Amino acid sequence: MAKICLNEIAHSYLPDSQTEDEYALKRIHNIWDDGGAYALLGPSGCGKTTLLNIISGLLTPSSGRVVFGEDDVTDLPPEKRNIAQVFQFPVLYDTMTVYDNLAFPLRNRGFDKAYVDRRVREVATILELDSFLGKKAQGLGADAKQKISLGRGLVREDVAAILFDEPLTVIDPQLKWELRCKLKEIHEKLKLTLIYVTHDQVEALTFAEKIIVMVEGRIVQTGTPQELFEYPSHKFVGYFIGSPGMNFLPCTMADGKAVVGKAQIPVDPSIAQLAAEASGPLELGIRPLYLEVSVAPMADGFEAPVKYVEDQGSYRIIALDFQGHSLKARISENDPVPDTRAWIRFPVEWVRVFADEKLLK
Amino acid sequence: MKKWQDNKGWLFILPVLLIVAFSAIVPLMTVVNYSIQDIFGPGQRVFVGTEWFREVLTDQRLHEALWRQLLFSGLVLLIEMPLGVGIALLMPAKKGFGASLVLVLLALPLLIPWNVIGTIWIIFTRPDIGLMGAAINTLGLTFDHTANGLHAWITLMLMEVWHWTPLVALLAYAGLQSISPAYYQAARIDGASAWSIFRYIQLPKMRGVLTIALLLRFMDSFLIYAEPFVLTGGGPGNTTTFLSIYLVKIAVGQFDLGPAGAFSLIYFLIVLLFCYLFYQALLNVGKGEES
Repeated sequence: MAKICLNEIAHSYLPDSQTEDEYALKRIHNIWDDGGAYALLGPSGCGKTTLLNIISGLLTPSSGRVVFGEDDVTDLPPEKRNIAQVFQFPVLYDTMTVYDNLAFPLRNRGFDKAYVDRRVREVATILELDSFLGKKAQGLGADAKQKISLGRGLVREDVAAILFDEPLTVIDPQLKWELRCKLKEIHEKLKLTLIYVTHDQVEALTFAEKIIVMVEGRIVQTGTPQELFEYPSHKFVGYFIGSPGMNFLPCTMADGKAVVGKAQIPVDPSIAQLAAEASGPLELGIRPLYLEVSVAPMADGFEAPVKYVEDQGSYRIIALDFQGHSLKARISENDPVPDTRAWIRFPVEWVRVFADEKLLK
Repeated sequence: MKKWQDNKGWLFILPVLLIVAFSAIVPLMTVVNYSIQDIFGPGQRVFVGTEWFREVLTDQRLHEALWRQLLFSGLVLLIEMPLGVGIALLMPAKKGFGASLVLVLLALPLLIPWNVIGTIWIIFTRPDIGLMGAAINTLGLTFDHTANGLHAWITLMLMEVWHWTPLVALLAYAGLQSISPAYYQAARIDGASAWSIFRYIQLPKMRGVLTIALLLRFMDSFLIYAEPFVLTGGGPGNTTTFLSIYLVKIAVGQFDLGPAGAFSLIYFLIVLLFCYLFYQALLNVGKGEES
């Protein structure tokens, strides 16, 4: 087991790429600590799977080095790296039994029979596959199949990291939750590095200790779920994480306040200072959850017409017209629901300012 | 009303029923008609019962033709199935000029009319001017498929393999193309050897198309007529007289329509039986793996 370093990785699927646009991965420089649970989050086509395949060795990057611990493994094939990968669709050897499936990676590496048997039974117990061992893999449910795919990674004691490429796509919602719990349990028990690719923020937020957000071949932010939620370093992160995403209002600065239309919104003085010095268009950002909404006028509140109210069960989304911009607020189901007009307040500790789409802090 | 009376589904199968009736059932019934009567001319017919069947079933030459036919089909399957799969494995996996070129080259023999194929191979194997025949004779070996039974068989097998292996290869190739790349990636990570990948991924995933290939190749080779008729005419002697060639000899050569009708029915039933057996066997292989 070892930490994984990606040194200045860039990858293009085209030969001799010149312009940056042709690169699927632009410049990735990142360290994955030993034993961490990471989620790689981003929209479809942002390069998540490419990055994963570079770590596992299925792809060789156009430039840069992949280092496991002290060893440069950039030119090693996947079978020589201590890596296992679970794919979007369960990959099984249909004609083999579950037992043989689990034993396959060990037998290929020439381990003796007793050792293979011990490992297979250990892993089957962890994954609760004991009762399936003698069955053919083909007829099993999607969740059991995905567990077997995972098991083929777990049987190898030398595995430093297990990579998951959207592994729960084909699993039913209820089983998804169970499998995610199982993954967390395995992570705590075995202290393996897990890297989990997903475009589902709920999956990422519940699974990972650290989330890496990718957009267009770049890592835009690495942080804990809380950091991503409270301090999105890039407009995209604010928008992509949270339901609904962060509100963004184009603004200017005057007297240490953010000016949106006719409204003057108080901002933390240190941020106001940064904003005054920053170049590029300024935007004010606030999470719908942190907007205070009232049905009656309140101090420091701004009046805004209500466009519509969406009932989401345990909470409501209120869409407002604020100085000509669309603004969403989230209130709990017990709060009074404004009818045609609402008064809103921007708590200063939750107001963020972005210059040229980047967070000022 | 009972289910079968109220079933409007019958209306939907009616067109197919009519087509099948005119294309298969009616012609088959006329053959049945011939096989149980002795027909001398219009209006002159005698019911003979199973006489033609008994005559045909005890015909020594028909037995020989049947064994010849079984040997031929067996050899065809033994050679073409592994060869076709092998070719498919060697074909370029990625789409591009290479793959297109190979596909076109493979498809060419399948596009040639069958009697033209026979003619091509007559010329190709002629001892005096044929590329193959003359080349072998120049090497000092005598090769003449018109005089030597073994040589006739070798020529026929070569022609058959050249003609039909591409079909197996194309089907197997289609089967290989449908395998998701994730399987190969997982196998690499699991450290699988090329043989393991073939045995545990490619072969199981190709089972469906290979079943079809096997059935098609068995039926076609068991019913083969045009190519050997043109190439050897059933000779030398009777060494390449297959069932269909013998049947035509009886029906057209000797104009024995009664025995020919009985023979046709038996021939048809044999093919049906073998296809059923193959199909069941392959279906059970699949079932065994699912349980």
